[in-house]
Amino acid sequence: MTNLHNAAEEEQLAHFMQRIERGDKIEADDWMPEEYRLTLIRLISMHGISEIMGALPEKEWVPKAPSLNRKLGIMAKVQDEMGHGQLLLRVTEDLLLPYGKNRGDIMQDLFNGNLKFHNVFHMETKTWADAGIIGWLVDGAAIITQTNMLNASYGPYARALQRICAEEVFHAQHGESIIMSLAEGTEEQKAMIQESLDRWWEALLMFFGPASKETTGSSKQDLTIKYKIRSKTNEEFRQLFFDKYVPRILSLGLRIPDPTIRFDEESKLWSYKQPDWNEFKKIIKNGGPRSHARLNLRRSSYENNAWVRDALSVKVT
Amino acid sequence: MNENETVMSQEYKDAITSLLFQLADDDFLYAYRGSEWLGLAPHIEEDVASSSISQDSMGHAAMFYKLLEDLGIGNADELAHSRPALDRKNSVLMERVNGEGYYMEIPLYDWAYQVVRSYFYTQAKKIKIDSLCESSYSPLADTAVKVKMELYYHRLHWETWFKQLLSSTDVAKKKMDEAIKKVMDDFYDVFSYGNEKLLIEKSRLISSEEILRDKWKASIEQVFTALQMEVPKISDKPTKNGRNGEHTHDLEEAIRTLSEVYKFDPIATW
Ligand SMILES: [Fe+2]
Ligand SMILES: [Fe+2]
Repeated sequence: MTNLHNAAEEEQLAHFMQRIERGDKIEADDWMPEEYRLTLIRLISMHGISEIMGALPEKEWVPKAPSLNRKLGIMAKVQDEMGHGQLLLRVTEDLLLPYGKNRGDIMQDLFNGNLKFHNVFHMETKTWADAGIIGWLVDGAAIITQTNMLNASYGPYARALQRICAEEVFHAQHGESIIMSLAEGTEEQKAMIQESLDRWWEALLMFFGPASKETTGSSKQDLTIKYKIRSKTNEEFRQLFFDKYVPRILSLGLRIPDPTIRFDEESKLWSYKQPDWNEFKKIIKNGGPRSHARLNLRRSSYENNAWVRDALSVKVT
Repeated sequence: MNENETVMSQEYKDAITSLLFQLADDDFLYAYRGSEWLGLAPHIEEDVASSSISQDSMGHAAMFYKLLEDLGIGNADELAHSRPALDRKNSVLMERVNGEGYYMEIPLYDWAYQVVRSYFYTQAKKIKIDSLCESSYSPLADTAVKVKMELYYHRLHWETWFKQLLSSTDVAKKKMDEAIKKVMDDFYDVFSYGNEKLLIEKSRLISSEEILRDKWKASIEQVFTALQMEVPKISDKPTKNGRNGEHTHDLEEAIRTLSEVYKFDPIATW
């Protein structure tokens, strides 16, 4: 009996892997191995909650944006990010169905530290230039990783990413435009970008994750590649980021806060100073400079609004 | 009289200027208070919807400031960011904080207040915009037509919340009742033109305060009747009239935040 059962399951799994190899799109109601489901849940819930937590640092600059146009631009951007979060949490909710879990559980996981969000959104923002650097380079980094998953084997995620990536391009332009204005501005404005870049550089490198699990003890990149959710490794992403942004940063007259960074013509790879991966581990375990404050903000507003969710669950007759 | 006549009388120009400041400052502050809710709304769908409303409202403020700029009153960004509280003409209702706490720390914002303030204000704005579509100053009438399209969704959105919360739990009803009272205490100057009343009404830029106030009451009556409630009275003894530059400390704080980066270097391009 057990053998028969195993045989049937193995056949199901083989069939599933054939679909993955063929480049079929897996849909929410299709059979999938638990490992695939859990990999997706982990990836997409983290992506979704990062969009939502990522709205918080930028939100700090929404009212302060220095002109009516900048106010409108950053409001539109932060709204998009919340929209991305909404879209992705819906994709996650469908995947959670067999476990009887829903969005409330996702929020609880966030609050109790089981669901992590991107390291960059644990960082402090200090000046208006940070709003520019976030849009230009954080969204720029996100575009690199997310466009790589536009062909993800999981259909609902791939489709959500189509829309998200299209909007991310506008975000990067919005950020770049803020940076360009500062770069063409007064000495103080120029100094503001350099100071901001200096603070964000390590976090930007960390954004792509460690090169291998040897660095931090765990990495999910092997699974996501096996299931054709993505095709490139963390290090390949980081190299793409250098390819694209190092020349642009330098052309603005800015300095990369890593005197050792250089492009090796032979290997066609950038060599650079590694960020502090122990610090990275600490940050994503909610030990970053603003981790607690932002989680508290989210948690307190969630609790503060509990009466509204109660009220909404009452059917209006 | 209209702007097609080559010379605009000083009196007419003063009337337009005063009215435009009221409209612009209202939406500027309303959009700001709305944006403080970013990331903190009761659920994510609402966060997306209400941040879209705040964004539209900031867009409306920008259009009104631009009309002032076109009149030669000053640069739109400067008008939005550098005028002190004393010079602001927004209704006091628009400057009130969302609740206790700063938006970056642990704010205890009151969603009932947000819903009631937004619903009553949006309804009032609709009444004004309808009237402004017929304004004697045609650039303002043209702008009103644009605002009107977006306003339709804002009004629908807040009306839905208003009805829903008042037809739900006892806790929600109690909070809503308190919010209605709080909003109505500040509602007088929403329909006031302040010291400029005669000037503005005479210029046929917009209907009189009294007509608009009555229209507002009539427009929400149906909703109140359906909820078996009475349309609340607008207090006629305001403690402060924002149209005359009378404001609370909340406005000074708001302006400080709104212009923090701008004031770092007002001449620079940002
Ligand atoms: Fe996003
Ligand atoms: Fe983005």
